Amino acid sequence: MERGRYEYLDDMATADVAFRAYGKTLEEMLIAASDATLEVMLPEPETLEARVKREIRVSAENAEMLLYKLLEELVYLKDAEQLLLRVERIEARQAALLEATAECAGDTIDAEKYVLGVDVKAVTMHLFSAKNTGAGWEAQVILDI
Amino acid sequence: MLPPNYKDGMLVPALIYGTEKLINDMDKGVFEQVTNVATLPGIVRAAFCMPDGHWGYGFPIGGVAAFDAEEGVISPGGIGFDINCGMRLVTTNLTVDEVEPRLDALVDRLYHQVPAGVGAKGFLKTTVKEFNQIVERGAAWCIERGFGWAEDLERTEHRGCLEGANHLDVSDKAVERGHNQVGTLGSGNHYLEIQVVREKNIFDKKAAEVMGVRTPGQVVIMFHCGSRGFGHQVATDYLMKFLRVMTSKYGIPIRDRELACAPLKSPEGTAYFSAMKCAVNMAFANRQLILHRIREVFSDVFGRSAEELGMHQVYDVCHNTAKIETHEVNGERRKLLVHRKGATRAFGPGMEDVPERYRDIGQPVIIGGSMETGSYLLVGQAGGAETFFSTCHGSGRVMSRGEAKRRFRGDQLLRDMRERGIHVRAVSMPGLAEEAGGAYKDIDEVVLATEIAGLTKRVAKFEPIGNVKG
Repeated sequence: MERGRYEYLDDMATADVAFRAYGKTLEEMLIAASDATLEVMLPEPETLEARVKREIRVSAENAEMLLYKLLEELVYLKDAEQLLLRVERIEARQAALLEATAECAGDTIDAEKYVLGVDVKAVTMHLFSAKNTGAGWEAQVILDI
Repeated sequence: MLPPNYKDGMLVPALIYGTEKLINDMDKGVFEQVTNVATLPGIVRAAFCMPDGHWGYGFPIGGVAAFDAEEGVISPGGIGFDINCGMRLVTTNLTVDEVEPRLDALVDRLYHQVPAGVGAKGFLKTTVKEFNQIVERGAAWCIERGFGWAEDLERTEHRGCLEGANHLDVSDKAVERGHNQVGTLGSGNHYLEIQVVREKNIFDKKAAEVMGVRTPGQVVIMFHCGSRGFGHQVATDYLMKFLRVMTSKYGIPIRDRELACAPLKSPEGTAYFSAMKCAVNMAFANRQLILHRIREVFSDVFGRSAEELGMHQVYDVCHNTAKIETHEVNGERRKLLVHRKGATRAFGPGMEDVPERYRDIGQPVIIGGSMETGSYLLVGQAGGAETFFSTCHGSGRVMSRGEAKRRFRGDQLLRDMRERGIHVRAVSMPGLAEEAGGAYKDIDEVVLATEIAGLTKRVAKFEPIGNVKG
């Protein structure tokens, strides 16, 4: 599946981490944002082994909250199950609410095995946005560190 | 001072503390955010920002605001995601000469005994029922199980427990995130340090003596951490709940989604206050368990009991909380909900809530600096009445994490610090680079600013010799 790109924004968060994620489609942007979140905790995300599979289902009234819930779930699984996950595929559909199913793969956190980055405490609502610009999807996220 | 006509809707002025240099260096977000706080319903006297203030979410970091306990609001953004992040300081009767030969062993053992870093798990395995007791009872739960000394409670803000915490106000998700993290440091700017006090760095001999800081060259231990994933989830859950009702149910305009709030006396406000207290108590228990592990490590390495090593806790302070306190406002004693976000309570001499042993000198205040520059022990002053007896909490960042990673390398920093006599063990090398001393404000200037303002007075400064980081 195509993965969107992302960039970190230094000027926006002194003590924390801000990034912008882009995608031609909503799905690509969601994957890019989850990649950006993973890289904060795992600076070499390409080293992550696909030993555990997880499916994440989220639904929300709009794309912005869908992104928020997806990232929040990844942060939750990092603490609750000590899992670092990469979103492999994601499918979004409009039902009564906007829904997404993300197929994820990753591994248990192991400081001996991986070069770890910093812990993400929370996804914040500060300057948080996700919108279709006409040319594609763009999201802005600040993670609390 | 920014007067109420600075921005539409401000109910009180905004007051920022700092020397000219500190205020000039503050990011613009501080001015925007502290004036947003001044618009919240029920705010009393002023919205304050401490000298270490910087841009945060909703409130600035370093933000202090008190609201009428009957008519005012409670805001998760005025407390922070890491509820009851705080500092604990412990003395020893060891000198730097005795510790230095065993410093590597000490730092290694601490690194293993106090888990740190992304997703770290603690040694304590609790059932859900036990975890519910921890969040309702705080540090006392640990003491009853032998993880600490009875005197530790007397030397902890609020005796290590906020009353009125009900685990039923906490989500299952929060419990699942945090129940295995009691006794862990976390990452980012959280740390555990072995520090030394030099003769030139004892500024108030009498107060230092009362707090057990007696000998030049004496070694102390300081650590910084909070309520881990549990508190982060409590904050996240209630931010979402408050956003749903803030305008629709309570008619409060949303200027910034991170400044979500609800009346304290509303069902949502009451439930969050209770859940927040659960997270406060979890953090007290977390620091209590870490203290227990530190005592075990020192005792093992030196072959003497922690009692023989004089490992008394000096104090434990919170710097991300909201608490009901009584303060004098225009000559009248009023019950207020005081939010402190990246700000420390600093009760002055003679105040009732200061433990008896410290009542003559004022409440101890522990200020963590960057891992390279040192940390401070202060005492609260009578002049703190203006800020509801609040002061700074640390040095405050000036450089972004990305910029710090480009400027510094973790492995190089590790070697440089070692050459300067600071032994470091870190889970994450990139994480270490982000915490380089150069990424922070000048702690001496921050602390001096609080002294000039009459909020707190310097007692001693400690320099790091050993550091464990997430």
